[in-house]
Amino acid sequence: MDLLYKIFIDPFIQMGAAPDLLVQTLWEGLVAGVLYSLIALGFVLIFKASGVFNFAQGIMVVFAALTLVGLHEHGVPAYVALALTIAVMFVLAFAVERVMLRPLVNQPDIILFMATFGLTYFLIGFGELIFGGEIKVMISDQLGLPKGAFDIKFAGGFVSLQKIDIAAAVIASLMVAALAIFFQKTRIGRALRAVADSHRAALSVGISLEQIWVIVWFAAGLVALTTGIMWGARSGVSFALSIIALKALPVLILGGFTSIPGAIVGGLIIGIGEKIGEFYWGPLVGSGVESWLAYVIALIFLLFRPQGLFGEKLIERI
Amino acid sequence: MRAPTSGPEVAAGDVLLAVENVSLSFGGVKAISDVSLDIRRGEIRAIIGPNGAGKTSMLNVINGFYTPQRGRITFKGQTRSKMRPHDAAEGGIARTFQNVALFRGMTALDNIMTGRTLKMHRGFVWQLLRYGPAMAEEVEHRQKVEEIIDFLKIQDIRRIPVGRLAYGLQKRVELGRALAMEPDLLLLDEPMAGMNLEEKEDMSRYILDVNDHFGTTIALIEHDMGVVMDLSDRVVVLDHGIKIADGTPAEVKNDRAVIDAYLGVAH
Amino acid sequence: MLYRETGQYKTSYAADMAVFPIVQDRVGIAVILFIAAVIIPYFGGSFLIEAVMIPFMIFALAAIGLNLLTGYTGLLSLGTGAFMGVGAYACYKLTTYFPGVNIIIWIFVSGFFAAAVGAVFGLPSLRIKGFYLAVATLAAQFFLSWLFLRQPWFYNYNTSGAIEAPTRTLFGVAVTGATSTGVTRYYVVLGFVVVMTWLASNLVHGRIGRSWMAVRDMDLAAELIGIRLLPTKLLAFAVSSFYCGVAGALMVFIWYGSAEPLVFDVDLSFFILFMIIIGGLGSLVGCFFGAALIFILPIALRYIPPHFGLPIQPATVDHLQYMIIGALIIVFLIIEPAGLARLWQIGKQKLRVWPFPY
Repeated sequence: MDLLYKIFIDPFIQMGAAPDLLVQTLWEGLVAGVLYSLIALGFVLIFKASGVFNFAQGIMVVFAALTLVGLHEHGVPAYVALALTIAVMFVLAFAVERVMLRPLVNQPDIILFMATFGLTYFLIGFGELIFGGEIKVMISDQLGLPKGAFDIKFAGGFVSLQKIDIAAAVIASLMVAALAIFFQKTRIGRALRAVADSHRAALSVGISLEQIWVIVWFAAGLVALTTGIMWGARSGVSFALSIIALKALPVLILGGFTSIPGAIVGGLIIGIGEKIGEFYWGPLVGSGVESWLAYVIALIFLLFRPQGLFGEKLIERI
Repeated sequence: MRAPTSGPEVAAGDVLLAVENVSLSFGGVKAISDVSLDIRRGEIRAIIGPNGAGKTSMLNVINGFYTPQRGRITFKGQTRSKMRPHDAAEGGIARTFQNVALFRGMTALDNIMTGRTLKMHRGFVWQLLRYGPAMAEEVEHRQKVEEIIDFLKIQDIRRIPVGRLAYGLQKRVELGRALAMEPDLLLLDEPMAGMNLEEKEDMSRYILDVNDHFGTTIALIEHDMGVVMDLSDRVVVLDHGIKIADGTPAEVKNDRAVIDAYLGVAH
Repeated sequence: MLYRETGQYKTSYAADMAVFPIVQDRVGIAVILFIAAVIIPYFGGSFLIEAVMIPFMIFALAAIGLNLLTGYTGLLSLGTGAFMGVGAYACYKLTTYFPGVNIIIWIFVSGFFAAAVGAVFGLPSLRIKGFYLAVATLAAQFFLSWLFLRQPWFYNYNTSGAIEAPTRTLFGVAVTGATSTGVTRYYVVLGFVVVMTWLASNLVHGRIGRSWMAVRDMDLAAELIGIRLLPTKLLAFAVSSFYCGVAGALMVFIWYGSAEPLVFDVDLSFFILFMIIIGGLGSLVGCFFGAALIFILPIALRYIPPHFGLPIQPATVDHLQYMIIGALIIVFLIIEPAGLARLWQIGKQKLRVWPFPY
C-alpha cells in the first residue's frame, strides 16, 4: 500500500507542491530533448538518403566541436575557425563516401551499420590523438552566443531559463525548417529521397549516388557541428558526448527513422520523460535512472508500435 | 516414404483442402474476393490467371501467411479461421516460392536437412552431446534426404552454398526441401519460372513423379499453358481476385470467360 | 600435397558429417590442444599465461556466446557486456552465500542466471528485428549496468562498489584469490573453454544450429518449414547469454580477481562485437581469430615500437588501438565480410592443392 502510494501518488503531489520546480524540470527536459533531436536529425538525414544508419553521428558531433575549439586554441579567429571547421566536415564527408560507402554499395544494411561502428571507433581514436582527451571549453563568447539566464518569477518560486538554451531551441527550429524545405522543394532534396528508396532505381535515372552521399554526409556534418557548438556551450566539449549520443537511438525509435518531425517530437518526449522520471521517481530506486530510462521507454514503444510514431508500417511481400 | 502427418487420414479422391468464400484485402486493395475452391487428395491442381489475379495470395492464405478477412479453410477435415505458417507445416503443407526462398548461408544438403526439422525430436541436451542418440537421428534423416537428392539428381552440388548455384538448381533444391517435409499437400508457386525448355521438362517430370510415386497432392501456380494442360488434373482460373472458371484442363481451355481474360485466341 | 584428402573415403553418413572429416584436421586439433595443455603451461612465462592466454581464452568464450546469437541466428546484440556482468555478479553472490560449494560449480551455475536474464531480454525479439532489436539490447545493457552500480546489494554493500574474488580452492589447490597461481587458473579457464567450445560446435552442426541459421537467413521460410520462431530465438539468447555469463564469471574470478561495475559497460559489448565481425560471423574458429587479433593488438602496440627504439606513450597506444580497430572493421567489411575465418578457409583451400596453383 505504502509502495503504491510512493509510486502513483506522491510524485504528483510533489509536482503540485512546487510548480516552479516542475516547470524548471520540464524546461531542462525540453533543452535536453532539443539536443537529442539535433543528433537524431543527423541520423535521419543520412538514413533518409542512403539507408545507412550512421552510428558515428555522435562522434561526428564531438569531432566537429573539437576541431572548432582546437583551431581557435591555435590562434585562429572564431569565425575563421568556424569556416575552416565547415570545410573539415566537408572533407570528412568526402572521405567517408570514398573510403567507406563506395566500396560497400549494395551490401546489406547491417554491413553498412557495422561499418559505421568502425568509423566511430576510428574517429574516437583519431580525435583523441590529435586533440587530446581532456574537456575543452566551447568558444561561445567569440561566436557571439548569448550568456546568462532569464529568471522568471513563477508560483511562489522562480524558474531559470539559460539564454544559451533558448538560442539552441531557436537555432534547432530554424535548422529543421530549412531541412524540411530542402527535402521537399529542391531538386537535390528530391534526388535524396529517390536514393533513400532505391539505390539502383536512382542510378538508372541518372542520379549520381556519390554526389548525393557527399552532400548528405556534409549536411549531417553541419547538423553535427551545430549540435556540437550548442552542447559544448552548455557542458563543455568531451568524448562523453559520444555515449550520450547513443540516446538518439531511442529518439529515432519513437520518431521513426525517416521522419524529421518525428526526430523532433521523439527527442522532446525522451528528453522530458527522462528528466521528469529521474527527478520525481528516481529517488525511489536510487538515482541515475536517466542512464537507461530512455531505452526502456523505447523498448516498450517497440513492443506496441514497431514502426515508431511517424514511421512507415513495413509490409513484407513474399 | 510416406510417414503419417498430423490430422485424420483422407482417402484418395476425397477433398483434402477446401477454401470457402475467402476474401482477402490489403488496406484498400482487394486481392481475393469470395473465392471457393477445393483440392482432392492425390490430384494435381493448377491455379492460373493473369498477373495480379491473386494466385500467390491464395497460396499464402492456404499456408497461413495471410489471414483472410472472411471465409474459412478446411484441411483434412479440420476447419481453421486462423492458421500460422508452422501450424500449416505441422499439418502437412509444404511450399516453394516464386523468388526462391532458400537459406543462403547454408549448403544445398543443409537446406534440405532443414526440411526434416519437424521430424527430428532429440532434445537440447542430446544435441549438446551430439554423439549418441542425436547423431543416430541425424544419420537416419540424412538417409531420407539422400533419397531425395538421388531423386532430384543433385548429388554433385550437395556441399555448395546455395547462393552460388544456378537458378534452375536452386529451384530444385527448394523442391527438395519441400519434399523433405513429406507433405500431404505441396504448394508450388511458379516452379517453371525462368527456365528453358529442357529445364521445364525436367521439372515437369519431377512434379509428376512426386505425385505418382509419393502420392503427394499438388497445387501449382503456373503461366506456361502447355505445362498446365499436360500436368494438371483440374484447373481453377482467377482474375482480379475472382474465380472465373473451374474444371478439367480441356473444359477451362475452351471457357469463354477464360479466353477473354487470359488465354486469348489464335489469330 | 600435405593437405590432400585423397584416399580418405567416408563409408558412413556419420563419418561424412563429422566435425573434422579430414585426418589432417584432426591431427591439427590434437596438436593445438597439446600445445595449449602442455607446452604453454610448462614453457610459457607468467606474462604469457596470465596477461595473454587467460584473457584471450575468456574473450574467445564471450565471442562464441555473441557469435551464436548474432552470427548464427542473426540477432544483433549490444548487451554482451551486461550479460557477462550478470554471470560475474551471480557467481559473486552465490559464493558469498554458499562459500562451501566449489567455485567451479558456481561459475557454471552463474551461466544459467545469465541465460535466464538473456532470455527475458530476448522476448521482444519476436516482434522486433534488426537495428531495433539492437536498441532493445542496449536497454538491457544500460539497465543492468545501472543495477550493478547503484544497487548496493550486488556488491555486498561495501564502500568501494567493486567486487573482489575471495580465495577458493579445488581439490585443495587455490584457484581464485591472491594465493592462486597463474598456471592453476590457466587450467581452469582452459577446461571451461575447451568443453564449452566442444558443446557449441555440437549444437551448431546439428538440428539446432540449422534452425538458428534458417532464422537468420529467412525467418519467413523457416516458419514454413515448421521452425517455431520465438522458442528458437529465445534459445539463442539463452545459450548465448550462458556463454557470456560464464565468461564474465571467469573474468572476475580467474583473471582480474576483482572488478568494478564499469567493466561490464557498453564498450565491452562493442569490443566483443568487433571480435566476431573481424573473426567471422557464423564461425566458431573465427571467434578465436577475432579475439586474438583484437586482444593481442594493444599488447603488440605497446611492446613492439620500443623494440625498434620508437618510444610510445600508453595513451597513444589506446588511441592507436581505437583507430586501428576501427579501420580494420571497415577494411574487413569491404574485403572479406566473412572475416578471418573465411580467409582461413581460403588458405586451407590453397593448401589442398599446394604446390599446384589450382
